Parts: sequence; structure tokens; C-alpha cells
Amino acid sequence: MKNVQKQKRANKSLPFFFRDEFRVSLVIILISVALLITTFTFDIVPPILNRGIQPATFPKALLVLIIVMTLLIYYLATKNPWKVEKKLPRSFFLTLSSFVIFVVVSKTLDFFLAISALSIFVSYCWGENRLFYLLLVGIIFPIIVFIFFETILGLRFPPGIITNIYYS
Amino acid sequence: MDNLLLMLAPLFSSKLLLVLFFGTLFGLILGVLPGLGPTTGGALILPFTMTLDPLSAIVLLTSIYCAGTYGGAITAVLINTPGTPAAAATCLDGYPLAQKGEAGRALGMATVSSTVGGIFSVVILVFFAPILAQLAYEFGQPEYFALAIFGLTMLASIGEGSPIKNLIAGAFGILISTVGKDFMTSIDRFTFGINELTEGIGFIPVVVGLFAMSEMLTQSTLINQVFNRIALKAIKLPSKDDYKKTWKTILRSSGIGSFIGVLPAEGGTVASLIGYSEAKRFSKNPEEFGKGSIEGIAGAEAANNAATGGAMVPTLALGIPGSATTAVILTGLIIHGVRPGPDLFREQPDFLYGIFGAMLIANILFFIFGFFGAKIFARITLVPNKILWPMIFAVSVCGTYSLNQSIIDVWIMLFFGVLGFFMRRYGFSVVPVIIGLILGELVEGTLRQSLVIFDGNWLMFFTRPIALTFFILSLIALAFPLIRSRKIKRNND
Repeated sequence: MKNVQKQKRANKSLPFFFRDEFRVSLVIILISVALLITTFTFDIVPPILNRGIQPATFPKALLVLIIVMTLLIYYLATKNPWKVEKKLPRSFFLTLSSFVIFVVVSKTLDFFLAISALSIFVSYCWGENRLFYLLLVGIIFPIIVFIFFETILGLRFPPGIITNIYYS
Repeated sequence: MDNLLLMLAPLFSSKLLLVLFFGTLFGLILGVLPGLGPTTGGALILPFTMTLDPLSAIVLLTSIYCAGTYGGAITAVLINTPGTPAAAATCLDGYPLAQKGEAGRALGMATVSSTVGGIFSVVILVFFAPILAQLAYEFGQPEYFALAIFGLTMLASIGEGSPIKNLIAGAFGILISTVGKDFMTSIDRFTFGINELTEGIGFIPVVVGLFAMSEMLTQSTLINQVFNRIALKAIKLPSKDDYKKTWKTILRSSGIGSFIGVLPAEGGTVASLIGYSEAKRFSKNPEEFGKGSIEGIAGAEAANNAATGGAMVPTLALGIPGSATTAVILTGLIIHGVRPGPDLFREQPDFLYGIFGAMLIANILFFIFGFFGAKIFARITLVPNKILWPMIFAVSVCGTYSLNQSIIDVWIMLFFGVLGFFMRRYGFSVVPVIIGLILGELVEGTLRQSLVIFDGNWLMFFTRPIALTFFILSLIALAFPLIRSRKIKRNND
């Protein structure tokens, strides 16, 4: 209990633009406003096709609602600050960057290779050094999954340097 | 009588029995593993169900749901970490009791109360779902709109997160459902010129992203965490004394869990918290709660498993998910071309009662598996995260890709994984997003059709008694968290 109070006090002592509640609310509002502006570019339907309301009206209403509720949580947070979250560890950023690597590799080289690369990378970053287990998660298991999906579900994976060899 | 015979159908089909066997086993494993659970597991298994007939597919999903909800108790008792959010209340007394060297007794009570709660809720499902479906014949578009709004406002009072944050997450879920071609006018919305988005954002990439991938990111922040696992010698059936102490609690929590489950959007987590606090309130020894009370375990476990059958009532009768996992089951129904609602009860009773029967058998099966295999399932928690999560990643990616054979779906999944992580970090529950996404089309569609019926006059909504009732209930649902927090504040003062 004392720790929570301490954390809350610590959060309150920060300038408002450094506080989580401000930054989170700002991000939500900025994205919502950007999307709200986008809704004005939606095509307008002639009255004869218009079923009740225009296609843009419903998303507009939702976005306004989200903005209003975000302002409300920010207002409430000024009275009762959120607890300060711990800093994210290095392993988080490595895992996050592995997602980016996955997207790049799956787009440019090969889908299967991307799965293997991410599995080995994540397993290693999380502390696995034993070669057998790295091979298990990075090669043996993805091959099993690949063959399972390919044969049982009749799935065709996107072309790539390794997948092409398998299909040829 | 005919319907009861239909319920026994799974017992006479070797294929369904096999599906039930594997579904229950898989559900237990998912429930035991912290971070995974029936919702994520259901979403991961959904692509595989495409190879099955509709009944087998839904039986598989429901057995995962029942067994997964119970499985969470094993980890809650042995490592003080709920395998599923619904088992959070079980930790409060399960772990202290296990620390006293009575892990077998704690798990025995969890197993028995979960089974009783689960079976009780199936009985409720069998009796109430047809009644609710019959009532639904009175519903027109305005009533369905009001009902969907009621379902969404119920998000304000779900256990996790603040009410307003839950509502924001729910509104965000509905917003996701508007991406793609407008289903009434074929106008593109939020597609940003990306062709793949014209079909909208699929349910599976969002669910797998929000649950599995965000959990993978969460686990990446916990790699140095060490669990103190309590050794389990053997699971023990409750003694006569334990039964005497807890039978009332089990029955009460079964009722509470079934009722909470029936409410749209509420699920096992809320049910177990209420079941636990009511058990404490009615107990002759409330001071034992939190220190290893057997009644605490019974109250929480009977309630969370009773919520499974309860949550299936609105899902099957109205097409409104009763919980996050039933949202996955609802998607499974839709993918297999089954439209939940009153017509389903009239046209396919064999299908429906087959599901009811399967749920009943799943509850018995997890009792047997839990009783004889808890020790083995407990060992699953020993699989290190550094091996487990890369494997889950491979299955998630292939499963998400398989539904539409679209790489964009995989990227969407990763995007929602990152988003889900930050949502959870800052206190936004991800469950409302799923419920919002499922209800989005219903909300918008029924609103627009109602306005066509009403010739654009919004006030006409309030002239329909059923719709008006749902709007009043929505207001109560919105006011409830406010009243509750004031009451807690007053009690603290």
C-alpha cells in the first residue's frame, strides 16, 4: 500500500507532459483526431442509397466518444494519478525488434525463414544457449508446424527462397 | 425428452468423443500455462477447426473453454500465478493452503467445485437458452441495437481496468469493425488505399495479436522471474468435513457464476471475484479467507466454471458473446456457417443439444483428467518460456496466415500484439476490444436499419418497450461502477 502511494506521489511530482496519463491520453486523442479527419474524406452516398445515416457518421460518432472519454480519464487522472510503470527491460525491445525483423524477412526473403529466425533470436535473447533447444524451436518445431498446415489444412505458404525449394 | 436424448449424442459418436478428449486435454494444458488460456487457445485452434464439421468444431472449442477455465486453478494453487484471469481469486486461498502442505486438498476442492459449477451451468444453459431464444423472436432491429448497447455498457463493470478505459477499448473494438467496405453502401472506410483492408480486419489476427502476441511481449519483460512451485504429491478428494463446510458455498457460487455468465460481456473473472467475496460474506470463518480457506477456493472455482455455461446462453440464443472466449466460439460458429439466434433452436436442435451434451461431458472429463493427471499437468509449468513462446509464435503466425492465406493478416496480428501490450501496460483491458469487434457490425447495422424503419426519428427507439428496457439497463450498467466505488469509499472512510 505504501509503495503504491509512493509511486503515485512520484508520478505526481513529474511535469505533466512526462506523466503516463498525459502521454497516453495525448496519443489516443491525436490518433482519434487524425482518424476523425479521415472520415471527412469518405464518399457521401446519395439520399436514395443512404440507409439511415451516412457511412461516415457512425465512425465519426465513435471517434468523438473516444476523444470525450479520453479527456475524462485524463481529468480523473489529474486527481488520482496512475502508478508509474517500471522501465521496460532490454529483452522487451529485442523481442519487439524481432517482430520488425520478421516482417522484413517474411516480405523480402521467406516466410518460413522469418519464423525460424525470430524463434531462434527470441529464444536466444531470453537466455537459451543450448544448441539443441535453439534448433528445436528454430528449425524442428517450425518444420513440424509447416508440414502440419501444408498437409492437413492444405495451406500454401507464400513463395520464398526456402518455400520454393520445398514446393519444387 | 427428445432434446435430452440429443444431448447424449456425443457419447455415441466416437469422433465427437475423440474431439472432446483432445479438446479437454488441450484446454487443461492451455489453462495451466500462465498467459495462455481458453481465449487465446480457442483463437489459435480456430483455423484447425476448418477441417472438422461444424458440430465437432464447436465441441472442440467449448471443451477447451470448460477445461481451460478449470486448468487455471492448478497454477493458481501451485505457483500462485493464475493460469487464466478467472483463476485470480483462487490464488488468494489456494496458494496459502498449498504452502501449508495441503496442495492436494486445495486442488481436490478446486476440481470438485469446478465440476459442480460447470455441470450446474450446463443445466441452466439447457433450460434458459431456449427460453431466451423464444423471447428473441419478439426482437426487431431496434431491440437488437438496444441489446448490443447493453452488452457494450456492461463492459464498464467487467473486472479488469477502469470502467471508462474499458468503454474506450470497447469503442475502439467497434471502430475496428468499421474498417473496410461499408456493408450497406460499399463505401471504403479507413482502408487508406490498401486493397487487403477492403474486406475489413479479421477477428483472428486481432484476437491472436491482442492475447497471444501481447502476452509474448509481456513475458519478455518477465524472463528473470522465478516461480516458487509447490510440489504436489497427489490430489485429494475433499473430506466429509470439507463437503459440510462448502456445499452451500459451491451451490451459491454456481448460481452466481451462471447468472454473471448470462450477462453479456461478463465472464469467469467477474464471476469468480463475486463468488469469492460472497463466500467470505456468508462464511462462519471469514477471518480464514486469504490464509488458506477451503471455502474461498470453492467459492471462486465453482463461480468461474459456472460462468462457462452461463456465457453460452446469450451467445447461442442471441448471438451476443457472454465472455471473451465465447466471442471466439461465436466466430467459430459464423466461420462454419452457423448463425446463432432463435432460428438455430428451431432448425438445428440436434446441433445445439449436441453442444450442451458435449459441455456436460467436458466437465466430467476435466474432473477425471484433473483428478488423475493434475501432477502431470503441473509439470507443464516447468516448460521454460524461452522455449514455449517461440513455439507459440510459430503456431500463431501459421494459424493467422491460414485463414485467408494473407501475409497482411500476420502483420495485423503483430500490430495488435504491440498495441495489446501497451494497452495492458496502461490499464486498458483487451477483452472489450474483442467484444466491441464482434458486436460492431450488429450495433451499426441495427442502428442504421432502425433509423430507416423510424424514418430517421431517433426518439422512436424509446417507444419500443423492450428496447427501452435495455437502454435503462445500460444506464444502470454505466452507473454501477460509480455506485460501487462510492460504496467502497464510504466503507473505507
